[in-house]
Amino acid sequence: MDLDFILKYTPMYITAAWLILRIAAIGILLSLLLGLICSLIQYYKIPALRAVASGYIELSRNTPLLVQLFFLYFGLPKLGIVISSEACAIIGLTFLGGSYMAEAFRSGLESVEKGQIEAGLSVGLEHGQILRYIVLPQAVSVSVPALCANFIFLIKETSVFSAVALADLMYVAKDLIGLYYKTDESLLLLVISYLVILLPISVIASIIERKLRYAGFGY
Amino acid sequence: MQDLGISVLFLGNNFFRLMGGLWITVKIALISVAISIVLGILLGMVMNLKNPVIRVLTRLYLEFVRIMPQLVLLFLVYFGLTRAFHWNLSGQVSAVIVFVLWGTAEMGDLVRGALISIPKHQYDSGTALGLTGLQVYRYIIIPQTLRRLLPLAINLTTRMVKTTSLIVLIGVVEVLKVGQQIIEANRYTAPSAALWIYGAIFFLYFTVCYPISKLAGRLEKRWQN
Repeated sequence: MDLDFILKYTPMYITAAWLILRIAAIGILLSLLLGLICSLIQYYKIPALRAVASGYIELSRNTPLLVQLFFLYFGLPKLGIVISSEACAIIGLTFLGGSYMAEAFRSGLESVEKGQIEAGLSVGLEHGQILRYIVLPQAVSVSVPALCANFIFLIKETSVFSAVALADLMYVAKDLIGLYYKTDESLLLLVISYLVILLPISVIASIIERKLRYAGFGY
Repeated sequence: MQDLGISVLFLGNNFFRLMGGLWITVKIALISVAISIVLGILLGMVMNLKNPVIRVLTRLYLEFVRIMPQLVLLFLVYFGLTRAFHWNLSGQVSAVIVFVLWGTAEMGDLVRGALISIPKHQYDSGTALGLTGLQVYRYIIIPQTLRRLLPLAINLTTRMVKTTSLIVLIGVVEVLKVGQQIIEANRYTAPSAALWIYGAIFFLYFTVCYPISKLAGRLEKRWQN
């Protein structure tokens, strides 16, 4: 182990970590939005959009992110649509994450009993109000564990971004291995970086899950 | 020069080469799933033991493998092991090792969950009927566990196939790599090849994974009660 090497190149890993965290944050927010829209479309059984939403979900769930990224980054420019690697990563992550979030929200929405909606109607709430004050709060609290699992899943998926020329953690590690042949040190830093990013999130997720289970939301 | 567009897909034996590449992906996924299911069942049973040392060890293994992105694991095995022990593993072998490690962790957790979900009175009633321990497992526990497990195991297969796409990044010649080769070979005659080839690969993955996940969904629904 070469400690000087590790100290010297740690900043590179930190920069890369911030980059993927930023992209992951944007991607997760957008995929939450996309997932919520898709699940609401399916929940309210909106005619034409429903088919589009379920088609999208099947397509996105049954293809790997890497292939989606290759298509976006190398395929689409041939149609004249040129996307920067960062935008590509965000679009890819959103496309992938949207369907997973939609499934998480769907299971939450399905867990809200019909009686709740009828009760809302009978006290004179409008449909929008019922969604806002009755259905969504219960549905979201049921889907929180699944959503947390998706956050972790999506952050893990960011590891393929080096394939579309983003200087992410994998890229830095591979670069250092190639340049200096310091395989052990580079890989150690890589593992530590991902542990530092993912371990706290995983711990927080399991705490939230336990709290929710005790609170017994939605039941 | 005229752009061949979509026809580049069917030029020469391009399509068969792509299918060959896809087969490598699917083959690695299937081998890994088969081994992971066997090891995962063992791990799941071991994890239910009361021994605290085993608990901590299996827990650590599970958390580490599940928290690390699969690509990091691939790098660790492909570059790390070579460097540390001078083992010259081929990309395909490292891929199988990583996916077995990962699949065993996932499967082990599923098996553990399925075993816990069987209520204790199932064991008790079996014993009360005069069945021996083995018979309780053979006729009562295993059939019920299998029903919960099978859809999840099939789902794991689709995840495995999707994750196998990563092996192109450690230099295995699979469907994406073959696609790149075809694109490079036709750079001048078919500049738009990338669109069609990557589109085709996207579609190929979908045609592999979609039936499997549909099957899993159906089994899950049928066996819910």
